[in-house]
Amino acid sequence: MTFQQPKIDTSPKVSDEVRQTTCYMCACRCGINVHMKEGKVAYIEGNKDHPVNKGVLCAKGSAGIMQHLSPARLRAPMKRVGERGSGKFEEISWDEAYDIAVKWLKPIRETAPEKLAFFTGRDQSQSFTSWWAQAFGTPNYAAHGGFCSVNMAAGGIYTMGGAFWEFGQPDWERTKLFMLFGVAEDHDSNPIKMGLGKLKKRGAKVIGVNPIRSGYNAIADEWIGITPGTDGLFILSLIHCLMKAGKVDLSYLAQFTNAPVLVNEDPKSPEFGLLLTTEDGKHMVIDRATGKPAAFDAPGVQPDLAGARRVAGITHRSVFQHMADKYLVEDYSPEKIGPKIGLTANRIHRIAAELARVAFDEAIEIDQPWTDFRGTKHEKMIGRPVSFHAMRGISAHSNGFQTCRALHHLQIILGSVETPGGMRFKPPYPKPATAHPKPHCKVTPGQPLDGPHLGFTHGPDDLCLREDGSPARIDKAFTWENPMSSHGMMHMVISNAHAGDPYKIDTLFMYMANMAWNSSMNTSGVMKMLTDKDETGNYVIPHIIYSDAYSSEMVAYSDLILPDTTYLERHDCISLLDRPICEADAAADAIRWPVVEPDRNVKGFQSALCDLGARLNLPGFVTETGEQKFKDYADYIVNHERRPGVGPLAGWRVGDGAAESTLQHGRGAPNASQLDEYIKNGGFWAEHIPQEAQFYKPWNTAYQDWAVKIGLYDKPTPYLFTLYSEPLRRFQLAAMGHGTRQPPEHLRERIKTTLDPLPIWYAPLEDGYVDPVEFPIHALTQRPMAMYHSWGSQNAWLRQIHGHNPLYIPTKLWEAHKFAEGDWARVTSTHGEITVPVAHMAALNENTIWTWNAIGKRKGAWALEDDAPEATKGFLLNHLIHELLPPKGDGMRWTNSDPVTGQAAWFDLRVKIEKVRTPTRSYPDVPAQSSPVGRGPANVTQKIGNS
Amino acid sequence: MTDLPASTQKKLGLVIDLDTCVGCHACVTSCKGWNTENYGAPLSDKNAYGADPVGSFLNRIHSFEVQPKTGPAQTIHFPKSCLHCEDAPCVTVCPTGASYKRVEDGIVLVNETDCIGCGLCAWACPYGAREMDPVEKVMKKCTLCVDRIYNENLPEEDRQPACVRTCPAGARHFGDLGDPNSDVSMLVAERGGFDLMPEQGTKPVNKYLPPRPKDQDIDVLAPFLEPVADSPKGFLGWLDKTLEKL
Repeated sequence: MTFQQPKIDTSPKVSDEVRQTTCYMCACRCGINVHMKEGKVAYIEGNKDHPVNKGVLCAKGSAGIMQHLSPARLRAPMKRVGERGSGKFEEISWDEAYDIAVKWLKPIRETAPEKLAFFTGRDQSQSFTSWWAQAFGTPNYAAHGGFCSVNMAAGGIYTMGGAFWEFGQPDWERTKLFMLFGVAEDHDSNPIKMGLGKLKKRGAKVIGVNPIRSGYNAIADEWIGITPGTDGLFILSLIHCLMKAGKVDLSYLAQFTNAPVLVNEDPKSPEFGLLLTTEDGKHMVIDRATGKPAAFDAPGVQPDLAGARRVAGITHRSVFQHMADKYLVEDYSPEKIGPKIGLTANRIHRIAAELARVAFDEAIEIDQPWTDFRGTKHEKMIGRPVSFHAMRGISAHSNGFQTCRALHHLQIILGSVETPGGMRFKPPYPKPATAHPKPHCKVTPGQPLDGPHLGFTHGPDDLCLREDGSPARIDKAFTWENPMSSHGMMHMVISNAHAGDPYKIDTLFMYMANMAWNSSMNTSGVMKMLTDKDETGNYVIPHIIYSDAYSSEMVAYSDLILPDTTYLERHDCISLLDRPICEADAAADAIRWPVVEPDRNVKGFQSALCDLGARLNLPGFVTETGEQKFKDYADYIVNHERRPGVGPLAGWRVGDGAAESTLQHGRGAPNASQLDEYIKNGGFWAEHIPQEAQFYKPWNTAYQDWAVKIGLYDKPTPYLFTLYSEPLRRFQLAAMGHGTRQPPEHLRERIKTTLDPLPIWYAPLEDGYVDPVEFPIHALTQRPMAMYHSWGSQNAWLRQIHGHNPLYIPTKLWEAHKFAEGDWARVTSTHGEITVPVAHMAALNENTIWTWNAIGKRKGAWALEDDAPEATKGFLLNHLIHELLPPKGDGMRWTNSDPVTGQAAWFDLRVKIEKVRTPTRSYPDVPAQSSPVGRGPANVTQKIGNS
Repeated sequence: MTDLPASTQKKLGLVIDLDTCVGCHACVTSCKGWNTENYGAPLSDKNAYGADPVGSFLNRIHSFEVQPKTGPAQTIHFPKSCLHCEDAPCVTVCPTGASYKRVEDGIVLVNETDCIGCGLCAWACPYGAREMDPVEKVMKKCTLCVDRIYNENLPEEDRQPACVRTCPAGARHFGDLGDPNSDVSMLVAERGGFDLMPEQGTKPVNKYLPPRPKDQDIDVLAPFLEPVADSPKGFLGWLDKTLEKL
């Protein structure tokens, strides 16, 4: 046929309208352009003006239309009509749903508010949901941070006033060497990918430390396939090498950290091991200029890293000298550490040398004068262009808190935090632990709680204990078991409520938390706890209220369902009061708004809480005349003030200028048109940090003043990085017998050992209970970049990318067990067993097996067909991980968590594997749940113009 | 059976950087989203929520493991879509003229109204870059977003393929590979960009940039850091001396 070319329209109309909102396909909160045709969602792309993603969008975000149209969407409020777990429901009206909830909740609020346990999952409205719980008066509130990554958050905030992701990021524009620890593909996903792209473009080196070479480790220039749970040893060995070679930033350490602060070394003192203070209560240093003690922040003081002070015959030395004592010992030499972590000594030496070379020999300078909090003027900003990132890879171990602390020590001794080329905080961080609230737990029937639930403890006085010393909270957060559990311990709620330990509850109220499946340890056990009945035939956990947008596994285990909307149908605020979207050079917040109205009888959960709060007459939710105060969440977002002039959104508030219509950002009175302003601006607000305030934020006068101006702080709050942590030491001191509030005997030794004020490493706790000979293999999960937890499998496009999750086996084990393609294995832990398909992977630590997280589904959930591969071949490792450590015979229920923060230790898992005959499906085989929404259509042909 | 044009005025195509691609699949779903709503029939998904979902995609990521002679195994993420070959066998094999290569820019397209769904082109393509739509039974392939790159209803900065616009790591580049001075041609020259399966003689327009060498010299001895002291006490002596100099 001779050449012919048809004429085509290369300029078709793209859409009728673009509506800009915030993505919620994962927790990253990118800006999106939603293209509308005929009033329907036609196409979603990234918003180029948005501070988080600058136009790019990941696989999940671009597939958002399939989530919005998911057949698993709930349609109306429902009450359970079958047995719990069966999935049998009847649709009811909102009024009936509220009546049921009020019937359960009102009596307990009036008599024992702690009998409500209100926990939210991947909630982006925690400043609101916690405020509701506080008004109710229960101490039992948290989101899922304790399960997820509290070690990272708490380790960072206690050490330096911020961590990674929402708290801070590498200086992608300037860093020359980037080290990434562990799985990081799920959170801050687009910013990290954009950052890696920048590094690759200019040839900066990327070192990946992860037992598994998937995701970002695939493009790492160097891959370190470390033994799981030993990252802390690796980091401490690097610190050893750097200190021993004097490759530490002495000037930075002296000025900006508590390295020069003096430590009380008098063993007879009740303050043994705490930091000395001046008469006005400020940490004491020796001033090199005068040789005399001085407050750390005295104008012009030059803190002496080698400072010492003799008092009553006892020498008190600086923190830095304690660090030298601790880290220069040969125990941390690469020769000793290498074999324990699966690396050669040479390699550790070489990496330490590389860090030192880049930090010091390739230092960068920015010609930007700035003034520090002591009034000292600096002509330049000196940068140490090495940077780091880590998330749950190091966090989800029972030694994770101290490992996170060690990583921050490494950054700090190199002088690379808040300096050009290093790690930069994002407003409202930096914010030290001392500037956060303490936890509150005082219950008064019929009254609000005495303050915010979650916060930072600084010693035994801050624990959440009742008068008899028993835990005040159902999850036992902020007790001697896990004294610094800043995010609560969601993974213990159901287990403790079922055991009645420390007490029984009446109503479990949850939001967006798939506790009956992938968001729990010990999934099979949790399903049993949720359905267990007492001798009278009633459920052990009497009432369960749950809000979700989709027909998840947890829906089936609930008594009352409050159906949420999809992310394109709702109002939200991504608030500076909560988990903001700021970048290192700008403060920013954002909204979601209904770009389409729901076509079902559903309601944003936060709006339902406004209704329910009013029906329960909760303070803050009713007017003085007893009317409902906020008609919905949007009303709250605009009109609520947390402190005078400070509300959920910082943009376009009403100023106190001469004209009442003056709009300003940061502080200001509520503005009835605020959401319209956000919508006009693309769904977000951003204000750039002035040039002289861009780095050294914790100590930079210009930053501190700017932060006060926009309402992040009420007054300048400069502070020192806490290399040496007094809160840890206070708990240790108590365990040594000091003070009136004393830990129980069975926890003394553990507290003494693990709550060291300087970072240490100890073997993951599971290693102490599980025979490493019988269970020699580490088992992990990784997060696929194209899937977010359980949400993705209802998505027709994403499930074609990740519909299967084989168990990946390294070459050594593959050969030892004579596996072949298509084989299956039984995987056994000390707690349980699963039978699953296997696949070979060479780029894998030789003693580690892994799979993708949360691909496996229960039959009947998510509107999938019963024979969907997610249900027949998919599986969860969760069945192998208990929320408790194996019984020790002391009758105690020992939680499988980090002993400092209570972080769920799901990466400690040890297993054994064996080849089995190919079964017809994976095990355990959980019976199907009924689908209250039916099943999805056979075929999808998505096109608005077509329909 | 269908002629190719004697020459094309431009050779528009993609340059894909295998050193930067993290395998996130952003390009896959962004392509699906744009192209299901735009050019031709929707990109359908058969058995979308069942046992064996089969959808048409114009772009897919394949992941491979590579075991170098020395050093640890590596993982390579390899995005693949139509390479808009100069000697496109999928065009010449087409019995109806539905497959064609555009004179002005070299983009290979399927005119769906003339496509009889015979599948010969998919057999002829050595790259497996064409997919029969499982519901519409019409041949689907990458259009290089021909309805975006010239689209006057889009802002100029958005006139690029959806996959390029969305790629978070910046691993995908779009331009005229027929112009040696274009950004993409210079990138190919600088980074040693290569043709996929050149032995097939299809002269693909799309190029791939190779992964840079990895895991180099991971165990070399030098240069180690020189200790300033052998004991904590010696370290404090060094510290005192050094602080004097600060």
